[in-house]
Amino acid sequence: MLTTEERQEIEEKIAEYPNRQAVSIDAMLAVQRHRGWVSDESLRDLSEVLGVSVADLDGVATFYNLIHRKPVGKHVALICDSVSCWLMGSDKVRDHLCARLSTPLGGTTADGRFTLLPIVCLGACDHAPTMMIDDELYEDLDEERIEEALTQYD
Amino acid sequence: MEKPLTGNFRSDKQAVSLEDYERAGGYQGLHKALTIAPADVGELVKKSGLRGRGGAGFPTGMKWSFVPMGKDAPHPKYLVVNADEMEPGTFKDRALMERDPHQLIEGVIVAAYAIEADIAYIFLRGEYVCSHDRLERALAEAKTKNYVGHNILGSGYNLEIHLHVSAGRYICGEETALLNALEGKRAHPRTKPPFPQVSGLFGKPTIVQNVETLCNVHHIVKNGPDWFRGLSKTEDGGTKLYGVSGKVKKPGLWELPMGTPMREILEDHAGGMRDGLHFRGLLPGGASTDFLIEEHLDTPMDYGNVQKAGSRLGTGTMVVLDDKTCPVGMVWNLEHFFAQESCGWCTPCWSGLSWTEKILLAMEQGKGSRQDLDTLTFQTKFLAPGNTFCAFAPGAVEPLQSALKYFGDDFRKHVDEQRCPWK
Ligand SMILES: Cc1cc2nc3c(=O)[nH]c(=O)nc-3n(C[C@H](O)[C@H](O)[C@H](O)COP(=O)(O)O)c2cc1C
Ligand code: SF4
Ligand code: FES
Repeated sequence: MLTTEERQEIEEKIAEYPNRQAVSIDAMLAVQRHRGWVSDESLRDLSEVLGVSVADLDGVATFYNLIHRKPVGKHVALICDSVSCWLMGSDKVRDHLCARLSTPLGGTTADGRFTLLPIVCLGACDHAPTMMIDDELYEDLDEERIEEALTQYD
Repeated sequence: MEKPLTGNFRSDKQAVSLEDYERAGGYQGLHKALTIAPADVGELVKKSGLRGRGGAGFPTGMKWSFVPMGKDAPHPKYLVVNADEMEPGTFKDRALMERDPHQLIEGVIVAAYAIEADIAYIFLRGEYVCSHDRLERALAEAKTKNYVGHNILGSGYNLEIHLHVSAGRYICGEETALLNALEGKRAHPRTKPPFPQVSGLFGKPTIVQNVETLCNVHHIVKNGPDWFRGLSKTEDGGTKLYGVSGKVKKPGLWELPMGTPMREILEDHAGGMRDGLHFRGLLPGGASTDFLIEEHLDTPMDYGNVQKAGSRLGTGTMVVLDDKTCPVGMVWNLEHFFAQESCGWCTPCWSGLSWTEKILLAMEQGKGSRQDLDTLTFQTKFLAPGNTFCAFAPGAVEPLQSALKYFGDDFRKHVDEQRCPWK
Protein backbone atom coordinates (compact mmCIF):
# COMPACT_ATOMS: atom_id res chain seq x y z
CA MET A 1 0.00 0.00 0.00
CA LEU A 2 1.13 3.53 -0.68
CA THR A 3 1.76 5.61 2.41
CA THR A 4 -0.18 8.81 3.05
CA GLU A 5 2.98 10.75 2.36
CA GLU A 6 3.54 9.05 -1.00
CA ARG A 7 -0.09 9.58 -1.95
CA GLN A 8 0.12 13.23 -1.05
CA GLU A 9 3.28 13.77 -3.09
CA ILE A 10 1.64 12.10 -6.08
CA GLU A 11 -1.59 14.09 -5.76
CA GLU A 12 0.42 17.34 -5.63
CA LYS A 13 2.04 16.40 -8.92
CA ILE A 14 -1.28 15.42 -10.49
CA ALA A 15 -2.49 18.98 -9.91
CA GLU A 16 0.25 20.19 -12.27
CA TYR A 17 -0.91 18.14 -15.29
CA PRO A 18 -4.11 17.79 -17.32
CA ASN A 19 -4.35 14.02 -16.69
CA ARG A 20 -3.17 11.38 -14.24
CA GLN A 21 -1.10 9.30 -16.66
CA ALA A 22 1.29 12.22 -17.08
CA VAL A 23 2.62 11.76 -13.54
CA SER A 24 3.56 8.09 -14.07
CA ILE A 25 7.26 8.91 -13.89
CA ASP A 26 6.92 11.38 -11.02
CA ALA A 27 4.85 8.83 -9.11
CA MET A 28 7.40 6.06 -9.53
CA LEU A 29 10.20 8.41 -8.52
CA ALA A 30 8.17 9.41 -5.45
CA VAL A 31 7.81 5.78 -4.39
CA GLN A 32 11.50 5.23 -5.07
CA ARG A 33 12.47 8.20 -2.89
CA HIS A 34 10.80 6.49 0.05
CA ARG A 35 11.55 2.83 -0.64
CA GLY A 36 14.71 2.88 -2.74
CA TRP A 37 13.10 0.98 -5.64
CA VAL A 38 9.81 0.22 -7.37
CA SER A 39 8.42 -3.25 -6.60
CA ASP A 40 5.68 -5.14 -8.45
CA GLU A 41 3.39 -4.35 -5.55
CA SER A 42 4.14 -0.63 -5.85
CA LEU A 43 3.37 -0.81 -9.56
CA ARG A 44 -0.04 -2.33 -8.78
CA ASP A 45 -0.76 0.38 -6.21
CA LEU A 46 0.30 3.10 -8.65
CA SER A 47 -1.79 1.53 -11.39
CA GLU A 48 -4.88 2.06 -9.28
CA VAL A 49 -4.03 5.66 -8.35
CA LEU A 50 -3.12 6.68 -11.90
CA GLY A 51 -5.58 4.63 -13.91
CA VAL A 52 -2.72 3.26 -16.04
CA SER A 53 -2.26 -0.48 -16.55
CA VAL A 54 0.55 -2.26 -14.71
CA ALA A 55 1.99 -3.34 -18.07
CA ASP A 56 2.13 0.23 -19.32
CA LEU A 57 3.71 1.43 -16.10
CA ASP A 58 6.31 -1.32 -16.27
CA GLY A 59 6.99 -0.36 -19.88
CA VAL A 60 7.71 3.16 -18.69
CA ALA A 61 9.72 2.02 -15.67
CA THR A 62 12.02 -0.15 -17.74
CA PHE A 63 12.58 2.59 -20.33
CA TYR A 64 14.26 5.01 -17.94
CA ASN A 65 17.72 4.62 -16.43
CA LEU A 66 16.96 6.02 -12.99
CA ILE A 67 13.95 3.90 -12.05
CA HIS A 68 15.09 0.81 -10.15
CA ARG A 69 12.93 -2.26 -10.55
CA LYS A 70 15.19 -4.25 -8.21
CA PRO A 71 16.24 -3.44 -4.65
CA VAL A 72 19.36 -1.32 -4.37
CA GLY A 73 21.79 -0.64 -1.53
CA LYS A 74 21.36 2.09 1.04
CA HIS A 75 23.37 4.42 -1.19
CA VAL A 76 23.61 4.42 -4.97
CA ALA A 77 26.91 5.38 -6.57
CA LEU A 78 26.64 6.44 -10.22
CA ILE A 79 29.97 6.42 -12.05
CA CYS A 80 30.17 8.44 -15.24
CA ASP A 81 31.39 6.35 -18.17
CA SER A 82 30.95 8.92 -20.94
CA VAL A 83 33.59 10.32 -23.22
CA SER A 84 35.26 13.14 -21.26
CA CYS A 85 35.50 11.00 -18.14
CA TRP A 86 36.81 8.10 -20.20
CA LEU A 87 39.53 10.37 -21.62
CA MET A 88 40.49 11.33 -18.06
CA GLY A 89 40.71 7.76 -16.77
CA SER A 90 37.24 6.82 -15.55
CA ASP A 91 38.13 3.13 -16.10
CA LYS A 92 40.66 3.37 -13.29
CA VAL A 93 38.18 5.11 -11.04
CA ARG A 94 35.59 2.42 -11.69
CA ASP A 95 38.09 -0.41 -11.11
CA HIS A 96 39.31 1.15 -7.90
CA LEU A 97 35.81 1.65 -6.58
CA CYS A 98 34.78 -1.89 -7.49
CA ALA A 99 37.89 -3.33 -5.83
CA ARG A 100 37.52 -1.13 -2.79
CA LEU A 101 33.90 -2.21 -2.29
CA SER A 102 34.45 -5.78 -3.56
CA THR A 103 31.52 -5.43 -5.93
CA PRO A 104 31.27 -5.49 -9.71
CA LEU A 105 29.58 -2.65 -11.56
CA GLY A 106 25.84 -3.27 -11.32
CA GLY A 107 26.23 -5.04 -7.98
CA THR A 108 25.48 -4.22 -4.37
CA THR A 109 27.99 -4.59 -1.53
CA ALA A 110 27.56 -7.59 0.78
CA ASP A 111 26.65 -5.27 3.66
CA GLY A 112 23.98 -3.59 1.52
CA ARG A 113 25.55 -0.15 1.80
CA PHE A 114 26.32 0.65 -1.83
CA THR A 115 25.02 -0.22 -5.26
CA LEU A 116 27.43 0.68 -8.09
CA LEU A 117 25.98 1.70 -11.43
CA PRO A 118 27.33 3.28 -14.60
CA ILE A 119 25.78 6.59 -15.66
CA VAL A 120 26.09 8.77 -18.74
CA CYS A 121 27.74 12.21 -18.71
CA LEU A 122 26.92 14.06 -15.48
CA GLY A 123 27.45 17.48 -17.03
CA ALA A 124 30.69 18.18 -15.19
CA CYS A 125 33.11 17.17 -17.94
CA ASP A 126 35.60 19.95 -17.14
CA HIS A 127 36.09 18.20 -13.80
CA ALA A 128 36.27 14.63 -15.10
CA PRO A 129 36.25 11.91 -13.91
CA THR A 130 33.04 12.26 -11.96
CA MET A 131 30.49 10.27 -9.99
CA MET A 132 27.40 10.86 -7.89
CA ILE A 133 26.56 9.20 -4.61
CA ASP A 134 22.87 9.67 -3.88
CA ASP A 135 22.32 13.41 -4.49
CA GLU A 136 25.95 14.48 -4.25
CA LEU A 137 28.26 15.10 -7.22
CA TYR A 138 31.97 14.26 -6.86
CA GLU A 139 34.45 15.72 -9.33
CA ASP A 140 38.13 15.36 -10.29
CA LEU A 141 38.14 11.84 -8.90
CA ASP A 142 41.28 10.00 -7.94
CA GLU A 143 41.85 7.33 -5.31
CA GLU A 144 42.19 9.88 -2.56
CA ARG A 145 38.95 11.67 -3.42
CA ILE A 146 37.09 8.40 -3.65
CA GLU A 147 38.22 7.54 -0.12
CA GLU A 148 37.11 10.96 1.09
CA ALA A 149 33.73 10.54 -0.56
CA LEU A 150 33.14 7.07 0.86
CA THR A 151 33.70 8.26 4.43
CA GLN A 152 30.62 10.51 4.05
CA TYR A 153 28.31 7.49 3.99
CA ASP A 154 27.45 5.04 6.74
CA MET B 1 33.65 42.14 -23.22
CA GLU B 2 29.96 41.88 -22.40
CA LYS B 3 28.78 38.65 -20.80
CA PRO B 4 25.02 38.85 -20.44
CA LEU B 5 24.60 35.17 -19.53
CA THR B 6 27.35 34.66 -17.01
CA GLY B 7 28.23 38.21 -15.95
CA ASN B 8 26.40 37.83 -12.64
CA PHE B 9 27.84 34.41 -11.74
CA ARG B 10 29.29 34.38 -8.24
CA SER B 11 32.84 33.16 -7.74
CA ASP B 12 31.74 30.98 -4.80
CA LYS B 13 29.43 29.08 -7.19
CA GLN B 14 26.33 29.89 -5.16
CA ALA B 15 23.20 30.96 -7.03
CA VAL B 16 22.69 34.66 -7.75
CA SER B 17 20.04 35.73 -5.23
CA LEU B 18 16.82 37.39 -6.30
CA GLU B 19 17.95 40.70 -4.76
CA ASP B 20 21.27 40.64 -6.61
CA TYR B 21 19.55 39.56 -9.78
CA GLU B 22 17.12 42.47 -9.62
CA ARG B 23 19.85 44.91 -8.68
CA ALA B 24 21.75 43.92 -11.82
CA GLY B 25 18.72 44.72 -13.98
CA GLY B 26 16.96 41.39 -13.66
CA TYR B 27 13.24 41.12 -14.53
CA GLN B 28 13.41 44.42 -16.42
CA GLY B 29 13.21 42.49 -19.66
CA LEU B 30 9.96 41.00 -18.39
CA HIS B 31 8.60 44.43 -17.37
CA LYS B 32 9.40 45.72 -20.82
CA ALA B 33 8.01 42.69 -22.64
CA LEU B 34 4.67 43.05 -20.89
CA THR B 35 4.28 46.55 -22.40
CA ILE B 36 4.72 45.15 -25.93
CA ALA B 37 2.32 42.91 -27.86
CA PRO B 38 3.34 39.20 -27.71
CA ALA B 39 3.87 38.95 -31.48
CA ASP B 40 6.17 41.98 -31.33
CA VAL B 41 8.31 40.28 -28.69
CA GLY B 42 8.65 37.40 -31.14
CA GLU B 43 9.57 39.90 -33.83
CA LEU B 44 12.43 41.29 -31.69
CA VAL B 45 13.78 37.78 -31.16
CA LYS B 46 13.52 37.08 -34.88
CA LYS B 47 15.47 40.25 -35.71
CA SER B 48 18.16 39.39 -33.17
CA GLY B 49 19.17 36.30 -35.15
CA LEU B 50 19.02 34.12 -32.03
CA ARG B 51 19.42 30.44 -32.96
CA GLY B 52 18.70 27.42 -30.77
CA ARG B 53 21.56 26.49 -28.45
CA GLY B 54 20.39 22.89 -27.90
CA GLY B 55 22.29 21.54 -30.88
CA ALA B 56 20.24 22.01 -34.02
CA GLY B 57 20.55 25.80 -34.29
CA PHE B 58 17.06 26.49 -35.59
CA PRO B 59 16.19 30.25 -35.63
CA THR B 60 14.18 30.81 -32.45
CA GLY B 61 11.93 33.68 -33.56
CA MET B 62 11.00 31.80 -36.70
CA LYS B 63 10.03 28.72 -34.67
CA TRP B 64 7.68 30.82 -32.56
CA SER B 65 6.04 32.30 -35.64
CA PHE B 66 4.43 28.91 -36.42
CA VAL B 67 2.42 28.95 -33.19
CA PRO B 68 -1.26 29.79 -33.71
CA MET B 69 -1.93 33.12 -32.01
CA GLY B 70 -4.90 35.24 -31.01
CA LYS B 71 -8.48 34.55 -29.97
CA ASP B 72 -9.03 31.40 -32.01
CA ALA B 73 -5.81 29.63 -31.02
CA PRO B 74 -6.21 26.37 -29.09
CA HIS B 75 -5.42 26.56 -25.37
CA PRO B 76 -3.69 25.73 -23.13
CA LYS B 77 -0.52 26.43 -25.07
CA TYR B 78 2.76 25.18 -23.65
CA LEU B 79 6.35 26.28 -23.42
CA VAL B 80 8.70 23.44 -22.54
CA VAL B 81 12.24 24.03 -21.37
CA ASN B 82 14.62 21.35 -22.58
CA ALA B 83 16.87 20.99 -19.53
CA ASP B 84 17.68 17.35 -20.22
CA GLU B 85 21.36 18.01 -20.96
CA MET B 86 22.73 14.49 -21.51
CA GLU B 87 24.94 14.95 -24.56
CA PRO B 88 28.30 13.54 -23.46
CA GLY B 89 30.86 16.29 -23.14
CA THR B 90 28.24 18.97 -22.51
CA PHE B 91 28.12 20.97 -19.29
CA LYS B 92 26.65 24.38 -20.03
CA ASP B 93 22.96 24.28 -19.12
CA ARG B 94 23.71 22.92 -15.66
CA ALA B 95 25.93 25.94 -15.01
CA LEU B 96 23.22 28.36 -16.15
CA MET B 97 20.57 26.75 -13.94
CA GLU B 98 22.71 26.37 -10.84
CA ARG B 99 24.44 29.71 -10.91
CA ASP B 100 21.67 32.04 -12.10
CA PRO B 101 18.26 30.33 -11.88
CA HIS B 102 16.27 33.57 -12.09
CA GLN B 103 17.84 34.32 -15.45
CA LEU B 104 16.32 31.14 -16.87
CA ILE B 105 12.98 31.80 -15.21
CA GLU B 106 12.79 35.31 -16.62
CA GLY B 107 13.61 33.95 -20.08
CA VAL B 108 10.89 31.34 -19.72
CA ILE B 109 8.27 33.91 -18.78
CA VAL B 110 9.15 36.26 -21.63
CA ALA B 111 9.22 33.43 -24.20
CA ALA B 112 5.93 32.05 -22.86
CA TYR B 113 4.39 35.51 -23.12
CA ALA B 114 5.57 35.82 -26.72
CA ILE B 115 3.64 32.70 -27.74
CA GLU B 116 0.78 33.34 -25.30
CA ALA B 117 1.51 30.12 -23.43
CA ASP B 118 -0.52 29.27 -20.35
CA ILE B 119 1.72 26.65 -18.82
CA ALA B 120 5.47 26.08 -18.88
CA TYR B 121 7.27 22.88 -17.87
CA ILE B 122 10.95 22.74 -17.12
CA PHE B 123 12.01 19.24 -18.20
CA LEU B 124 15.01 18.64 -16.00
CA ARG B 125 17.30 15.65 -15.98
CA GLY B 126 17.04 13.71 -12.74
CA GLU B 127 20.73 13.81 -11.86
CA TYR B 128 20.70 17.61 -11.75
CA VAL B 129 19.72 17.74 -8.11
CA CYS B 130 21.39 21.06 -7.36
CA SER B 131 19.72 22.69 -10.39
CA HIS B 132 16.41 21.33 -9.17
CA ASP B 133 16.74 22.75 -5.68
CA ARG B 134 17.86 26.15 -6.86
CA LEU B 135 15.20 26.40 -9.56
CA GLU B 136 12.51 25.32 -7.12
CA ARG B 137 13.53 28.01 -4.72
CA ALA B 138 13.80 30.68 -7.41
CA LEU B 139 10.37 29.72 -8.75
CA ALA B 140 8.84 30.16 -5.30
CA GLU B 141 10.48 33.60 -5.04
CA ALA B 142 9.26 34.57 -8.51
CA LYS B 143 5.74 33.60 -7.49
CA THR B 144 5.75 35.76 -4.37
CA LYS B 145 6.90 38.67 -6.54
CA ASN B 146 4.10 37.98 -9.03
CA TYR B 147 6.57 37.43 -11.87
CA VAL B 148 4.83 34.09 -12.29
CA GLY B 149 1.21 33.17 -11.67
CA HIS B 150 -2.02 35.04 -12.13
CA ASN B 151 -2.19 38.51 -13.71
CA ILE B 152 1.59 38.92 -13.86
CA LEU B 153 2.59 42.43 -12.71
CA GLY B 154 -0.95 43.62 -13.45
CA SER B 155 -0.65 42.84 -17.16
CA GLY B 156 -3.56 40.41 -17.34
CA TYR B 157 -1.16 37.66 -18.49
CA ASN B 158 -1.25 34.35 -16.57
CA LEU B 159 1.47 31.70 -16.51
CA GLU B 160 2.09 28.61 -14.40
CA ILE B 161 5.59 27.12 -14.35
CA HIS B 162 6.19 23.54 -13.21
CA LEU B 163 9.36 21.50 -12.77
CA HIS B 164 9.36 17.99 -14.24
CA VAL B 165 12.15 15.69 -13.08
CA SER B 166 13.09 13.13 -15.74
CA ALA B 167 14.14 9.59 -14.96
CA GLY B 168 17.01 9.62 -17.42
CA ARG B 169 17.34 8.59 -21.06
CA TYR B 170 19.26 10.56 -23.67
CA ILE B 171 16.48 10.33 -26.26
CA CYS B 172 14.26 12.45 -23.97
CA GLY B 173 16.29 15.40 -25.23
CA GLU B 174 14.83 14.93 -28.72
CA GLU B 175 11.90 17.30 -28.60
CA THR B 176 9.07 14.99 -29.62
CA ALA B 177 10.37 12.15 -27.42
CA LEU B 178 10.48 14.71 -24.63
CA LEU B 179 6.80 15.43 -25.14
CA ASN B 180 5.98 11.74 -24.74
CA ALA B 181 8.09 11.62 -21.59
CA LEU B 182 6.19 14.62 -20.20
CA GLU B 183 2.94 12.79 -20.88
CA GLY B 184 4.20 9.91 -18.73
CA LYS B 185 4.99 7.55 -21.60
CA ARG B 186 8.01 5.76 -23.02
CA ALA B 187 10.07 8.44 -24.72
CA HIS B 188 9.88 7.35 -28.35
CA PRO B 189 10.08 10.21 -30.86
CA ARG B 190 6.90 11.23 -32.71
CA THR B 191 6.30 11.57 -36.42
CA LYS B 192 6.52 15.10 -37.81
CA PRO B 193 4.27 16.62 -39.06
CA PRO B 194 2.32 17.57 -37.10
CA PHE B 195 4.98 19.84 -35.67
CA PRO B 196 4.84 20.54 -31.93
CA GLN B 197 4.26 24.25 -32.62
CA VAL B 198 0.81 23.25 -33.86
CA SER B 199 0.11 19.97 -32.05
CA GLY B 200 2.57 19.14 -29.30
CA LEU B 201 2.16 18.41 -25.62
CA PHE B 202 -1.28 16.87 -24.95
CA GLY B 203 -2.07 17.74 -28.57
CA LYS B 204 -1.77 21.48 -27.98
CA PRO B 205 0.58 24.08 -29.52
CA THR B 206 3.97 23.70 -27.88
CA ILE B 207 7.40 25.24 -28.15
CA VAL B 208 10.42 23.31 -26.88
CA GLN B 209 13.48 25.40 -26.23
CA ASN B 210 16.94 24.82 -24.81
CA VAL B 211 18.01 26.41 -21.49
CA GLU B 212 20.76 28.56 -22.97
CA THR B 213 18.47 29.77 -25.76
CA LEU B 214 15.87 30.95 -23.26
CA CYS B 215 18.45 32.66 -21.07
CA ASN B 216 19.07 35.06 -23.98
CA VAL B 217 15.47 36.04 -24.64
CA HIS B 218 14.82 38.75 -22.06
CA HIS B 219 18.24 40.30 -22.66
CA ILE B 220 17.21 40.73 -26.28
CA VAL B 221 13.92 42.36 -25.31
CA LYS B 222 15.64 44.64 -22.83
CA ASN B 223 18.61 45.69 -24.96
CA GLY B 224 17.33 45.24 -28.49
CA PRO B 225 18.23 43.03 -31.47
CA ASP B 226 21.05 45.30 -32.64
CA TRP B 227 22.78 45.03 -29.29
CA PHE B 228 22.47 41.25 -29.49
CA ARG B 229 23.91 41.07 -32.99
CA GLY B 230 26.74 43.35 -31.90
CA LEU B 231 27.84 40.84 -29.24
CA SER B 232 28.84 38.37 -31.94
CA LYS B 233 31.88 38.17 -34.20
CA THR B 234 29.84 36.67 -37.03
CA GLU B 235 26.37 36.75 -38.51
CA ASP B 236 24.91 34.43 -35.84
CA GLY B 237 23.99 36.83 -33.03
CA GLY B 238 24.91 36.85 -29.36
CA THR B 239 27.46 35.24 -27.11
CA LYS B 240 27.91 31.49 -26.68
CA LEU B 241 28.90 29.30 -23.78
CA TYR B 242 31.93 27.35 -24.97
CA GLY B 243 33.45 24.51 -23.02
CA VAL B 244 36.56 22.38 -23.29
CA SER B 245 37.15 19.00 -21.69
CA GLY B 246 39.86 16.40 -22.17
CA LYS B 247 43.61 16.65 -21.49
CA VAL B 248 44.07 20.39 -21.79
CA LYS B 249 45.74 22.46 -19.09
CA LYS B 250 42.59 24.26 -17.90
CA PRO B 251 39.34 22.56 -18.85
CA GLY B 252 36.39 24.89 -18.33
CA LEU B 253 33.42 26.88 -19.57
CA TRP B 254 33.50 30.43 -20.93
CA GLU B 255 31.00 32.88 -22.34
CA LEU B 256 32.55 34.42 -25.46
CA PRO B 257 31.34 36.21 -28.57
CA MET B 258 29.62 33.84 -30.98
CA GLY B 259 32.17 32.97 -33.66
CA THR B 260 35.26 32.99 -31.47
CA PRO B 261 37.88 30.89 -33.30
CA MET B 262 38.43 27.37 -32.04
CA ARG B 263 42.13 27.93 -31.55
CA GLU B 264 41.54 30.93 -29.30
CA ILE B 265 39.21 28.92 -27.06
CA LEU B 266 41.60 26.01 -26.94
CA GLU B 267 44.81 27.93 -26.40
CA ASP B 268 43.92 31.20 -24.65
CA HIS B 269 41.11 29.91 -22.45
CA ALA B 270 41.78 26.20 -22.00
CA GLY B 271 45.54 26.81 -21.80
CA GLY B 272 46.47 24.45 -24.64
CA MET B 273 47.40 20.79 -24.31
CA ARG B 274 48.93 19.41 -21.14
CA ASP B 275 52.72 19.17 -21.17
CA GLY B 276 53.98 16.26 -23.22
CA LEU B 277 50.75 15.85 -25.15
CA HIS B 278 49.84 16.89 -28.67
CA PHE B 279 46.48 17.79 -30.11
CA ARG B 280 44.96 15.24 -32.49
CA GLY B 281 41.37 16.33 -32.90
CA LEU B 282 38.18 17.41 -31.20
CA LEU B 283 34.44 17.03 -31.20
CA PRO B 284 33.27 20.66 -31.44
CA GLY B 285 29.89 20.31 -29.80
CA GLY B 286 29.41 17.09 -27.90
CA ALA B 287 29.36 13.37 -28.70
CA SER B 288 27.13 13.58 -31.77
CA THR B 289 29.33 15.91 -33.81
CA ASP B 290 32.03 15.05 -36.38
CA PHE B 291 35.68 15.22 -35.37
CA LEU B 292 37.68 18.19 -36.58
CA ILE B 293 41.49 18.24 -36.72
CA GLU B 294 44.45 20.61 -36.69
CA GLU B 295 43.67 22.12 -40.10
CA HIS B 296 40.29 23.31 -38.77
CA LEU B 297 41.55 25.13 -35.70
CA ASP B 298 41.04 28.58 -37.18
CA THR B 299 37.36 27.94 -37.73
CA PRO B 300 35.10 30.50 -36.06
CA MET B 301 32.83 28.60 -33.68
CA ASP B 302 29.42 29.45 -35.10
CA TYR B 303 26.76 27.46 -36.93
CA GLY B 304 27.75 28.17 -40.52
CA ASN B 305 31.52 27.99 -40.20
CA VAL B 306 31.68 24.77 -38.21
CA GLN B 307 29.35 23.23 -40.76
CA LYS B 308 31.62 24.39 -43.57
CA ALA B 309 34.50 22.66 -41.79
CA GLY B 310 32.48 19.44 -41.94
CA SER B 311 30.96 19.21 -38.50
CA ARG B 312 28.32 20.95 -36.36
CA LEU B 313 28.51 23.59 -33.64
CA GLY B 314 26.23 21.30 -31.61
CA THR B 315 26.32 22.36 -27.98
CA GLY B 316 29.59 24.29 -28.38
CA THR B 317 31.33 22.23 -25.72
CA MET B 318 34.43 20.62 -27.24
CA VAL B 319 35.94 17.29 -26.32
CA VAL B 320 39.65 17.11 -27.09
CA LEU B 321 41.57 14.01 -28.22
CA ASP B 322 45.32 13.92 -27.50
CA ASP B 323 48.07 11.83 -29.09
CA LYS B 324 48.47 9.47 -26.13
CA THR B 325 44.85 8.36 -26.29
CA CYS B 326 43.55 5.75 -28.73
CA PRO B 327 41.04 7.24 -31.21
CA VAL B 328 39.45 3.82 -31.74
CA GLY B 329 38.94 3.52 -27.99
CA MET B 330 37.38 6.96 -27.88
CA VAL B 331 35.00 6.14 -30.71
CA TRP B 332 34.15 2.83 -29.01
CA ASN B 333 33.23 4.79 -25.86
CA LEU B 334 30.99 7.10 -27.90
CA GLU B 335 29.26 4.27 -29.78
CA HIS B 336 28.80 2.35 -26.54
CA PHE B 337 26.84 5.35 -25.29
CA PHE B 338 24.73 5.56 -28.43
CA ALA B 339 24.06 1.81 -28.59
CA GLN B 340 22.91 1.91 -24.98
CA GLU B 341 20.74 5.01 -25.38
CA SER B 342 19.02 4.11 -28.67
CA CYS B 343 15.32 4.11 -27.87
CA GLY B 344 14.82 0.86 -29.81
CA TRP B 345 12.00 2.14 -31.98
CA CYS B 346 13.55 1.52 -35.40
CA THR B 347 15.73 -1.46 -36.30
CA PRO B 348 18.58 0.18 -38.26
CA CYS B 349 19.38 2.28 -35.20
CA TRP B 350 19.30 -0.20 -32.36
CA SER B 351 20.77 -3.11 -34.26
CA GLY B 352 23.24 -1.07 -36.31
CA LEU B 353 24.63 0.70 -33.28
CA SER B 354 25.08 -2.39 -31.15
CA TRP B 355 26.82 -4.05 -34.09
CA THR B 356 29.05 -1.01 -34.49
CA GLU B 357 29.90 -1.03 -30.82
CA LYS B 358 30.79 -4.73 -30.87
CA ILE B 359 33.14 -4.28 -33.83
CA LEU B 360 34.93 -1.37 -32.20
CA LEU B 361 35.35 -3.31 -28.98
CA ALA B 362 36.73 -6.29 -30.89
CA MET B 363 39.25 -4.01 -32.63
CA GLU B 364 40.36 -2.62 -29.29
CA GLN B 365 40.84 -6.18 -28.05
CA GLY B 366 42.95 -7.11 -31.07
CA LYS B 367 40.26 -9.17 -32.77
CA GLY B 368 39.25 -6.89 -35.65
CA SER B 369 39.52 -7.64 -39.35
CA ARG B 370 39.84 -5.56 -42.52
CA GLN B 371 36.28 -6.55 -43.33
CA ASP B 372 35.15 -4.93 -40.09
CA LEU B 373 36.41 -1.63 -41.44
CA ASP B 374 34.06 -1.96 -44.41
CA THR B 375 31.21 -2.82 -42.07
CA LEU B 376 31.86 0.33 -40.06
CA THR B 377 31.83 2.42 -43.22
CA PHE B 378 28.62 0.69 -44.26
CA GLN B 379 27.01 1.56 -40.91
CA THR B 380 27.81 5.24 -41.29
CA LYS B 381 25.86 5.23 -44.57
CA PHE B 382 23.12 2.93 -43.35
CA LEU B 383 22.40 5.24 -40.41
CA ALA B 384 22.71 8.48 -42.39
CA PRO B 385 19.90 11.09 -42.33
CA GLY B 386 16.67 9.80 -43.85
CA ASN B 387 17.22 6.13 -43.00
CA THR B 388 16.04 6.23 -39.40
CA PHE B 389 13.03 7.59 -37.56
CA CYS B 390 14.80 10.44 -35.78
CA ALA B 391 18.05 12.42 -35.75
CA PHE B 392 19.60 10.27 -33.03
CA ALA B 393 21.18 7.68 -35.33
CA PRO B 394 22.70 10.12 -37.84
CA GLY B 395 24.18 11.99 -34.87
CA ALA B 396 25.50 8.75 -33.45
CA VAL B 397 27.58 7.96 -36.55
CA GLU B 398 29.01 11.47 -37.01
CA PRO B 399 32.05 10.86 -34.77
CA LEU B 400 32.55 7.43 -36.36
CA GLN B 401 32.50 8.58 -39.97
CA SER B 402 34.91 11.44 -39.29
CA ALA B 403 37.20 9.22 -37.20
CA LEU B 404 37.41 6.77 -40.12
CA LYS B 405 38.32 9.70 -42.35
CA TYR B 406 40.94 11.35 -40.14
CA PHE B 407 42.25 8.45 -38.06
CA GLY B 408 41.94 5.67 -40.64
CA ASP B 409 45.57 4.62 -40.16
CA ASP B 410 44.89 4.03 -36.49
CA PHE B 411 41.95 1.78 -37.29
CA ARG B 412 44.00 -0.18 -39.85
CA LYS B 413 46.86 -0.58 -37.38
CA HIS B 414 44.46 -2.14 -34.90
CA VAL B 415 43.33 -4.80 -37.33
CA ASP B 416 46.71 -5.41 -39.01
CA GLU B 417 48.64 -5.73 -35.75
CA GLN B 418 45.73 -7.45 -33.98
CA ARG B 419 46.16 -5.20 -30.95
CA CYS B 420 45.57 -1.68 -29.71
CA PRO B 421 48.88 0.16 -30.19
CA TRP B 422 48.09 2.31 -27.15
CA LYS B 423 47.87 -0.57 -24.73
C1 LIG C 1 18.87 12.56 -29.71
C2 LIG C 1 18.71 14.02 -29.43
C3 LIG C 1 18.97 14.52 -28.16
C4 LIG C 1 18.80 15.86 -27.88
N1 LIG C 1 19.08 16.30 -26.61
C5 LIG C 1 18.88 17.61 -26.32
C6 LIG C 1 19.12 18.11 -25.00
O1 LIG C 1 19.51 17.36 -24.10
N2 LIG C 1 18.90 19.42 -24.77
C7 LIG C 1 18.47 20.26 -25.74
O2 LIG C 1 18.26 21.43 -25.48
N3 LIG C 1 18.22 19.83 -26.99
C8 LIG C 1 18.42 18.53 -27.30
N4 LIG C 1 18.15 18.09 -28.57
C9 LIG C 1 17.61 19.04 -29.56
C10 LIG C 1 16.10 19.14 -29.40
O3 LIG C 1 15.47 18.14 -30.17
C11 LIG C 1 15.55 20.49 -29.86
O4 LIG C 1 16.05 20.75 -31.12
C12 LIG C 1 15.93 21.61 -28.95
O5 LIG C 1 15.57 21.35 -27.62
C13 LIG C 1 15.25 22.86 -29.41
O6 LIG C 1 15.66 23.95 -28.65
P1 LIG C 1 16.59 25.10 -29.22
O7 LIG C 1 16.05 25.48 -30.57
O8 LIG C 1 16.47 26.18 -28.21
O9 LIG C 1 17.97 24.53 -29.31
C14 LIG C 1 18.34 16.74 -28.89
C15 LIG C 1 18.08 16.23 -30.16
C16 LIG C 1 18.27 14.90 -30.44
C17 LIG C 1 17.96 14.40 -31.82
S1 SF4 D 1 16.72 6.57 -34.71
FE1 SF4 D 1 17.17 5.42 -32.80
S2 SF4 D 1 16.58 6.84 -31.19
FE2 SF4 D 1 15.56 7.58 -33.07
S3 SF4 D 1 13.56 6.57 -33.11
FE3 SF4 D 1 14.95 5.20 -34.20
S4 SF4 D 1 15.66 3.75 -32.59
FE4 SF4 D 1 14.80 5.53 -31.54
S1 FES E 1 31.62 12.85 -19.53
FE1 FES E 1 31.62 12.46 -17.40
S2 FES E 1 30.73 14.29 -16.63
FE2 FES E 1 30.61 14.60 -18.79
